[in-house]
Amino acid sequence: MLVKDYIRQRFFPHLWCPGCGHGTIMASMIRAIDRLGLQQNEIVVVSGIGCSSRMAGYLDFHTMHTIHGRAVAFATGVKMGRPDLKVIVPMGDGDALAIGGNHLIHAARRNLDLTAIIMNNRIYGMTGGQFSPMTPFGEKGTTAPLGNVDHAFDIVGLAKGAGASFVARTTTYHVQEMTRFLAKAIEHHGFSVVEVMSQCPTYYGRKNRLGSAVDMLERYRDGTVSRGSKKAAGSHDLIERGIFVEEDRPEYSSEYSTLVNRYTGTNESEER
Amino acid sequence: MQEDVRFIQGNEAVALGALYAGLGFYAGYPITPSTEVAEILSDRLPKQGATFVQMEDEISSMCAIIGASLTGLKVMTATSGPGFSLMQEAIGYAVMAEVPSVVVNMQRGGPSTGLPTSVAQGDVMQARWGTHGDHSIIALTASTLQDAFEMTVEGFNLAETYRTPVVLLFDEVLAHMREKVIVPAPGELEVVERLRTSVPKGTNYHPYLAREDGRLPMSDFGGRHRYNVTGLVHDMWGFPSTDPKVAYDLLHHLVDKLENRADSMAHFREYYLEDAETLLISYGSPARSALHLVEERRKRGAKIGLLELQSLWPFPRRTIRKKCEGRIRVLVVEMNRGQICQEVRKTVSNPERVYLSNRFDGIFISPQDILQTLNVIGGKGI
Repeated sequence: MLVKDYIRQRFFPHLWCPGCGHGTIMASMIRAIDRLGLQQNEIVVVSGIGCSSRMAGYLDFHTMHTIHGRAVAFATGVKMGRPDLKVIVPMGDGDALAIGGNHLIHAARRNLDLTAIIMNNRIYGMTGGQFSPMTPFGEKGTTAPLGNVDHAFDIVGLAKGAGASFVARTTTYHVQEMTRFLAKAIEHHGFSVVEVMSQCPTYYGRKNRLGSAVDMLERYRDGTVSRGSKKAAGSHDLIERGIFVEEDRPEYSSEYSTLVNRYTGTNESEER
Repeated sequence: MQEDVRFIQGNEAVALGALYAGLGFYAGYPITPSTEVAEILSDRLPKQGATFVQMEDEISSMCAIIGASLTGLKVMTATSGPGFSLMQEAIGYAVMAEVPSVVVNMQRGGPSTGLPTSVAQGDVMQARWGTHGDHSIIALTASTLQDAFEMTVEGFNLAETYRTPVVLLFDEVLAHMREKVIVPAPGELEVVERLRTSVPKGTNYHPYLAREDGRLPMSDFGGRHRYNVTGLVHDMWGFPSTDPKVAYDLLHHLVDKLENRADSMAHFREYYLEDAETLLISYGSPARSALHLVEERRKRGAKIGLLELQSLWPFPRRTIRKKCEGRIRVLVVEMNRGQICQEVRKTVSNPERVYLSNRFDGIFISPQDILQTLNVIGGKGI
């Protein structure tokens, strides 16, 4: 399998900074799609605005780079227009959780079959390092030069509470695990949320003196723990990685098709 | 064949017009006075295999219809002032990415929550300039439910032809009134289908390369061509560009494709124009009062006529200039502080002869209101 078969080389080089985690996530996503044996023509990638959202343009699928925070809403239209397509929605933490928080929770509530990838680098990178809804309390950003007085979301808890039927968390250090989780999430029939803790050495790292990209990745290695492991049981300071929710629940576009079939007596997906 | 005659509400006429045009996807959020459009479609669309989604707000409603349009469906949302404000950013996306879409705005009193159950036409300029940046847009309106049906079909036709959002700028009176509508038989009105590319699989398809006639054939998401859609300035591949030439050409294309056709695609109705010394210009439900007054005055021998606009944007400037030529006075009748009146004044050679008769207090403008204005202009007092 060649990653380059899935990208639009014409549009390279990409705009991500050296050491950025987003390229790692893109490569993992490509591997996941390849592993599932999906055709490029059956995949739609819908993104919003921010560093993460540029991913859509680089990928050789049907792609849509939309407006800030609304990727899930656009994706809802795509999925309900063509329920047979796989719709993947890569978003940044600010995109998905600040301006786009409402759409995220409502898509989760409907359990619409979308794959939301939240690329959490804890900062607004594109605009130059302002604190985001994932910047921890006390940390710094260009709009929190004296330390952040906001508190961060727990993405896993939020997605779970809103009704997502697949919820996972991983990091850019754990690439094999990320590929596995993304494949499961894309395959899952329902709303799936995968939080990938990513690194922004340019802004978040520099503002908070976290060192190089490698240093930041090592923090993910040392600061996280696999869910359900012995190590996890022994520590409260480590962030858990793993699959937190994986449930088979009625999915929105399928439920809608059932409703339609009740009145039209046809199978809509066959018609297409 | 027997005519399909109905006695229906304006919102229903719009919903039926949309179905006639081939509506495949509706997303919306409840708001007075447009809610019945959603209520009717939530029943009709699933029963014919099409899609209705109630979204979490108007922002997502507009976004969802754009997404669905790219899968090849004809799409619509309906709202009123506050919801229309929320949709503006996504409307701009539809302008930039050239995605066919129809937005119904049943105007009510504003600003803000304003007068939710009262009539107004305060969103004329918002329809034109509501989204940021230089652009052009199509806005249509109507004064009767028969015309509302037909303008809805025309809205879809223009959206598909020019790959643009079209605003159906109706109002609360039209939304809630009931009158006779003869639903045209299938095929009676022209229904424009989407122009799709004939470029075969495996050959480069340029989603944003216009043909000689200015049209851009589309390819559905899920179809044989994969391409990028973005709200950034983009090249013929749909890929972001900061090249000044690309930006210049794109802005020209987006504006010119509509503004150059402002007069040729304009819809309007004329009543008693030939010898009219006093010309009323009106649109939407106030045109009913204007027509009533014109017919009353004609009976008494007054040389008065009405030009009813059905296309508001792009503004049919040449048409209006021509129709206003040689009149002693022009009176614009509308339910705002003169949003179209200002445009008419900018257009004609004698702006000092253009007057405004309006109401913006939530009460529907009556023929008597318009007559009072005419009396004041004529020096007869109130």
